Amino acid sequence: MVESPLTRIALRVATALTLAFIYLPLLVIALYAFNDSRTQAWPIHGLTLRWFSKALDNQGARDALLTSLKAGLGATLLALLLGSLAAFAVQRYRFFGRETVSFLVILPIALPGIVTGMALNATFRTVFEPFGLGLGLFTVIVGHATFCIVVVYNNVVARLRRLSRSIEEASMDLGADTWQTFRYVTLPSIRTALFAGALLAFALSFDEIIVTTFTAGAQQTLPIWIFTNLSRPNQLPIVNVVAVLVVLLSAIPVYVAQRLTTEAAVAAPGAAAAGARQ
Amino acid sequence: MSRPWKRRVGSAGLALTVVFLAFAAAGCGSSKKSGSAMQKSVGDGEGHLSLIAWAGYVEDGSTDPKVDWVTPFEQQTGCQTSVKVAGSSDEMVTLMRTGGYDGVSASGDASLRLVGGKDVSPVNVDLVPNYKDVVPALKDQPYNTVDGVHYGIPHGRGANLLMWRTDKVQPAPDSWSVVFDPNSPYKGHITAYDRPIYIADAAVYLKATQPDLNITNPYELDDDQFNAAVDLLKKQRGVAGEYWTDATKEIQSFTSGSTLVGTTWQYQANTLEASNVPVQAVLPKEGSTGWSDTWMISSKAKHPNCMYKWFDYVLSPKVQAQIAEWFGEAPANVKACSLTTVKNHCQIFHATDEAYFDKVAEWETPIADCGDDRGNTCKDYSQWTQAWTEIKG
Amino acid sequence: MSANEVTATPPRPPLGRRLATFLYRRPRLQVGLLLAGPMGWLVIAYLGSLAVLFLAAFWRLDPFTAQVVHQLSFDNFRTLWESHVYRRIATRTVGIAAAVTITDAILAFPIAYYMARIATPRVRGLLLVAILMPLWSSYLVKVYAWRTMLQEGGLVNWALSPLGLKGPGFGVVATWLVFSYLWLPFMILPVYAGLERIPSSLIEASSDLGAKAGRTFRGVVLPLAFPAVVAGSIFTFSLTLGDYITPQLVSNTQFIGNVVYDNVGVANNLPFAAAFALVPVAVMIGYLLGARRLGAFDSL
Repeated sequence: MVESPLTRIALRVATALTLAFIYLPLLVIALYAFNDSRTQAWPIHGLTLRWFSKALDNQGARDALLTSLKAGLGATLLALLLGSLAAFAVQRYRFFGRETVSFLVILPIALPGIVTGMALNATFRTVFEPFGLGLGLFTVIVGHATFCIVVVYNNVVARLRRLSRSIEEASMDLGADTWQTFRYVTLPSIRTALFAGALLAFALSFDEIIVTTFTAGAQQTLPIWIFTNLSRPNQLPIVNVVAVLVVLLSAIPVYVAQRLTTEAAVAAPGAAAAGARQ
Repeated sequence: MSRPWKRRVGSAGLALTVVFLAFAAAGCGSSKKSGSAMQKSVGDGEGHLSLIAWAGYVEDGSTDPKVDWVTPFEQQTGCQTSVKVAGSSDEMVTLMRTGGYDGVSASGDASLRLVGGKDVSPVNVDLVPNYKDVVPALKDQPYNTVDGVHYGIPHGRGANLLMWRTDKVQPAPDSWSVVFDPNSPYKGHITAYDRPIYIADAAVYLKATQPDLNITNPYELDDDQFNAAVDLLKKQRGVAGEYWTDATKEIQSFTSGSTLVGTTWQYQANTLEASNVPVQAVLPKEGSTGWSDTWMISSKAKHPNCMYKWFDYVLSPKVQAQIAEWFGEAPANVKACSLTTVKNHCQIFHATDEAYFDKVAEWETPIADCGDDRGNTCKDYSQWTQAWTEIKG
Repeated sequence: MSANEVTATPPRPPLGRRLATFLYRRPRLQVGLLLAGPMGWLVIAYLGSLAVLFLAAFWRLDPFTAQVVHQLSFDNFRTLWESHVYRRIATRTVGIAAAVTITDAILAFPIAYYMARIATPRVRGLLLVAILMPLWSSYLVKVYAWRTMLQEGGLVNWALSPLGLKGPGFGVVATWLVFSYLWLPFMILPVYAGLERIPSSLIEASSDLGAKAGRTFRGVVLPLAFPAVVAGSIFTFSLTLGDYITPQLVSNTQFIGNVVYDNVGVANNLPFAAAFALVPVAVMIGYLLGARRLGAFDSL
């Protein structure tokens, strides 16, 4: 469909407006990061840079950021593993209970966070504590992975549905076993789906607060740190600074992931052909 | 396709039911709480301590490098301390039930729930040397002592005050009627504390304005008294603007002018005044509710010795002074009054002014037992919670 | 090549290959191994603990001892049904969730269409980055920013006052606005993926058959993209149903999440909280069933 020039212009305008809508509150946050006063009133009267130095000095914020990164990485890896396994099982085989897998996988994210949080908390206490494993970073990772599985699962299932099995069969006909086929043919084809799922899973885990409260014990992830500091008026400007810095820093991994997905999409058929020739 | 589908669903259902029942059986046989034995002596520190506290109670320098009373504690006792900051009593109770913490700074509306749920152990106050310097009015209170058994160490107390914008609210109010009057001139700009415990504030007001209801304790309300309080609050819903659950929310609201009058803690008043927002806060003539916080030890505490060391440390005069000034409350240890940087801190917060605190009904957990000749006819907290849901609508 | 080498038995293949062959012949075992991890955790641990939690909905609280009585009773459900305030809260929550979903679908479509069909690959990449980045800023900070913007002297009122209008202030409208804002990226991404999947050949065929742009859009693009919209709506709907932080910060109204949170915090009214929590669970299960029927699960 060749869209009329008018439609194109209208869509461009709509896109710009939508982006403006998305970024307006973020700009407000950025503005308040320079706010001279501790309380957030409008309009802003004075600008200052002192909150930036205070935020960078703040040990609590740095520790919380590190904890969040570790938890996010762990949860993403776990979700990648479990989500892909489930996706392959559902997409490639017919078995009893197949339809319910999609349900089960989406449940942790579909139910209210507090329900998931309390349920997981009870599990950790009854199952892990007898083994001496209390609430901590591990339980946070497991808790986050539980609702991150679905984003990886959905992406991989969608991609697998588009993949023709014939190329895998061709690989096996050429003498590759299951592992080689997976490594050289299937994996490159689903790589972009994995990246997309991993990115979304990491973002979900990084910003999660309700379930984390019930699974974190004494650990402070960044959202928990923000939550506790939002209710302390002295800390509000520092929280704004932290939020701004996190968004700016996130541009790097998001951009890298974007470049990788576009490159991988181009390179995949080449890799598949190369792998099948082994 | 329907028959195989039905068979599959049926089998799936059966499998799930089995799992369900297995877990139900396990859940019913849930762990009994460990015995609440009282400590006989304080040994060496175990090296760690895990606390739940209100924001501002356990500062280790991460908020402000100059505000730190945890690091000296860690150096003195070797107990590395981690704190989980909770936003409300309800959250504290929930967290304590998970059993992963050694102690909590519970307000009066959490402490009895914790005692009743066997989540805390009795405290042997003889093992806490600084306990003798606690203001007498905070010892042996219904929220920290049950049947003569002590369950905690007093931390400090404060009153909920009436605050208003002096530039927009004239004349200066001295009564809660300004927030309860259905024809209030500040309709839409009134605030209230968004928790069920606020029903007690309505009861305090009714105690003074409707004496025929015979309200003696705003936390022990029978049917008539409770319904009267709930009706008052439903009427207030018509004139209220915002409800607040945390201090920053209220500070923002007063700063912007969305709220002009309502209940508050001293903390917000101090912060607003420091930001040059024209406010004033008083204890109205009908009195008010307030809170008195108690440090309690978990019945599942893994580091009881460290917890006892914390009890004594947090009650010491110097630390009491630091906390009272940082948070904005009256300290429990009167010896702290001579150590505050603001010389008359204790006067401002009425630390030893019992006449002031007589007018303050500190947060307690409402239970069915009225504690007097009415027997078990009072409303318990679960009923307060449901009523609050209906009030907010 | 001598005759001996041709007839000699081949060396045993490496372990990996033997394992692969072993598994290849046993598809059931393959499935079992694949599912063991994820399903083991989800069914046994997660579903199991959910089961115990919701079993509590059938228990009740003894008002004298304030302990949970492990006896089957429908008291909680009776209270929920008879007291009109819970029906009102549930209706309000579901209504706002629906409004947010529709709003996000409308907002997401233009930008998703632009990204999928008109933008150059470079611009598309940049736009994807632009949409994903806000997901990294804290949910709490975003809601607080909206609070600041919507308050009495805030940005929204300040911007609208030259036009003589006033902003919505705090309230149900504010929650609708903030929720629509928060979940918009979750709707844009699936819709974009769905639109990208539509083969150009179909659209060309439609215009070859004489349909104008609008007709093609209504007849070809929209039906094909609809499952993707439903897929995105799963997130917007469920995230709104369970949230309690936003209603607290930008309004005075209560949502299902607030009631559950308030009751769960009370150490002894888990039964009632669990009972009320069954409402969003039931709604979501119904929604998921409907979504699956509409093909959304294929488009996530």
